[in-house]
Amino acid sequence: MGSIPNQQRLDILRSMLLVRSFEDRLTKLVREGARVPGMQILATGQEAVVAAMLALHSDDVLVSNHRSHAHLLARGADPRELMAEILGKATGVNKGKSGTLHLAVPEVNALMTSTVVGAGPPLALGAAFAQQYREERNITAVAFGDGAAAEGSVHEAMNLACVWKLPLLFLCENNHWAGAQRLQTHCAGASIASRGHAYGMSAETVDGNDADAVYEATVRLAEQVRSGKGPSLLELVTYRMHGHSESDTQVYVDSKELDAWAKRDPIDLYVSRLVAAGVCSNSEVKTMQHEAEAVVDSAVAFAEQSPEPQPEEALTDVWSANGPRGV
Amino acid sequence: MRELYGGQAVNEALTLALDLDERVFLAGEGVGVSIHDNPMGPTYGLLDRFGPRRVRDTPVSEAAIAGLGAGAASLGLLPVVEIMFFPFMTLASDMLVNHAAKFRYLSGGRTAVPLTVRVKAGIGFQAGCHHSHNLEAWFAHAPGLKVVFASNPADLKGLLLTAIFDPDPVVVVEDLTLYRMRGACPEGDSRVPLGKAATVREGSDVTAVTYGSAVHTAMRAAEVLEEDGVSVEVLDLRSLVPLDLDAILSSVARTGRMVVIHDANRFCGFGAEVAAIVAEEAFADLKAPVRRVAAPDTPVPFAPPQEQFYRPGVEDVVATVRRSL
Repeated sequence: MGSIPNQQRLDILRSMLLVRSFEDRLTKLVREGARVPGMQILATGQEAVVAAMLALHSDDVLVSNHRSHAHLLARGADPRELMAEILGKATGVNKGKSGTLHLAVPEVNALMTSTVVGAGPPLALGAAFAQQYREERNITAVAFGDGAAAEGSVHEAMNLACVWKLPLLFLCENNHWAGAQRLQTHCAGASIASRGHAYGMSAETVDGNDADAVYEATVRLAEQVRSGKGPSLLELVTYRMHGHSESDTQVYVDSKELDAWAKRDPIDLYVSRLVAAGVCSNSEVKTMQHEAEAVVDSAVAFAEQSPEPQPEEALTDVWSANGPRGV
Repeated sequence: MRELYGGQAVNEALTLALDLDERVFLAGEGVGVSIHDNPMGPTYGLLDRFGPRRVRDTPVSEAAIAGLGAGAASLGLLPVVEIMFFPFMTLASDMLVNHAAKFRYLSGGRTAVPLTVRVKAGIGFQAGCHHSHNLEAWFAHAPGLKVVFASNPADLKGLLLTAIFDPDPVVVVEDLTLYRMRGACPEGDSRVPLGKAATVREGSDVTAVTYGSAVHTAMRAAEVLEEDGVSVEVLDLRSLVPLDLDAILSSVARTGRMVVIHDANRFCGFGAEVAAIVAEEAFADLKAPVRRVAAPDTPVPFAPPQEQFYRPGVEDVVATVRRSL
């Protein structure tokens, strides 16, 4: 793994720690019965995906899905504005109109998040088309899960993107679960990457809990996409350590399987590797953890102190200025 | 004024938009090379003129076509995507109803989706219910989508041009039976504002509120009724969302009677909304109950006599207007 600069690996670790801290805090708030409206869909155990985000360029466009906090934090979205949005506050990145499920953070080119499973790829196709049409050098990445891979819309998008050689990176986080349905019961074929091969694109399956592997594979495939060869598909094999959302108690999950994956925690694996390689010390990791906690403390304080949006503000932002007026 | 066929009018709007603005591109099944190749066709000749970069034939993938449009629009292009027949809009509807329509809202006003979706509608070409099913009420019901439905070449051109440059997503319904209807059509950039109905016939006894092909049914009925001394005002809505409430209410205030006419089926059709608004806002003006002329609540039948029976005709409008007198 010598090819990834140490600074980059530290950035990946910092980002993973921030995501874990941010989402663990949400778990804690939900369990304490604090006011966290709606559902919380977390990427606990899947944090190595941040390496894919950091392997992209800052002007690349991201289309995310319902499990988006890790993607957005890694892209550099403001944790305070994200937390405020998740708690439904007027200071949220989308003024409380999105909540956790539909976050759009244009300032970090996170164009949109769709919670309709499988809807991201056709939308990302449009973003990638716009980039190709304008002869830009940047690309679009779209995150989706193993569950979404069963949606027809994903296949329409793969086919069309390949026919037109669009600059689109399909990033599949295969976390083994589509709701309460395990991978073997909802997904045919040897892998999701193999579906990419069917459409003639470069596709790889990597260990999604190995941040270095995720980073290197993303760089490799994104550069192919950037060079004009058309779309690529990267399948990250990981595991959803929590339920679909925080209210899902995972009664359907074998605890031995969870224990086995807990031993492959992406953050623990990465810390051990970086410390062993002398990239950082255990005490530096502790410092990074404290820094992440401090960022989350500040985000929660900001969100909790922020006002709720006015009820009648619900009527705004439907239309541009020349939209219809009410009856 | 110069006359064009409806299909030529659409073609002229697309040509002008492509000429005016580099951000405009067309995509859809056969917008370039078409199984419906015909000089009256709305996209005829555009591939030759503008090339495959801007006139894009797509696979048979309505979700991808609509997603292409929504995604490209949200990055600032002005896509004009085509869904070949109205019933196929169900395949595109997630991208339109859940995404194009909602992005501005979900982003707290930070994302605009200046998308135009052209869809071919209409009844009367014996293709059955998987090609004929006017679903405009479905899309009018989705907050965030504008819906226009022209009745003549000038409006086919003018509404489409306005839709393409409108900052919100617009579903432009084109009754394909109008492609072969000849009518006046101004030259040049003849945009028609959204949300402005046209009074296509003035009258004093009854207001006939209608749109699309049904405007012609209403006009013929008005001529029949005139012979009996009944004066019918015909209001062509042109735009369902935004809806020209002022035009409807001020006409009803003068006539005191309203009949709503559309080719789509009755139950939860767009006419129900117009009727409800008039009942709420103009009850005191009404001298008779509001009535609707619409297709029956069945799939569009295939057999020619049945299809003819399904589509609201002149006699249906005449009879319904008489009931309201």
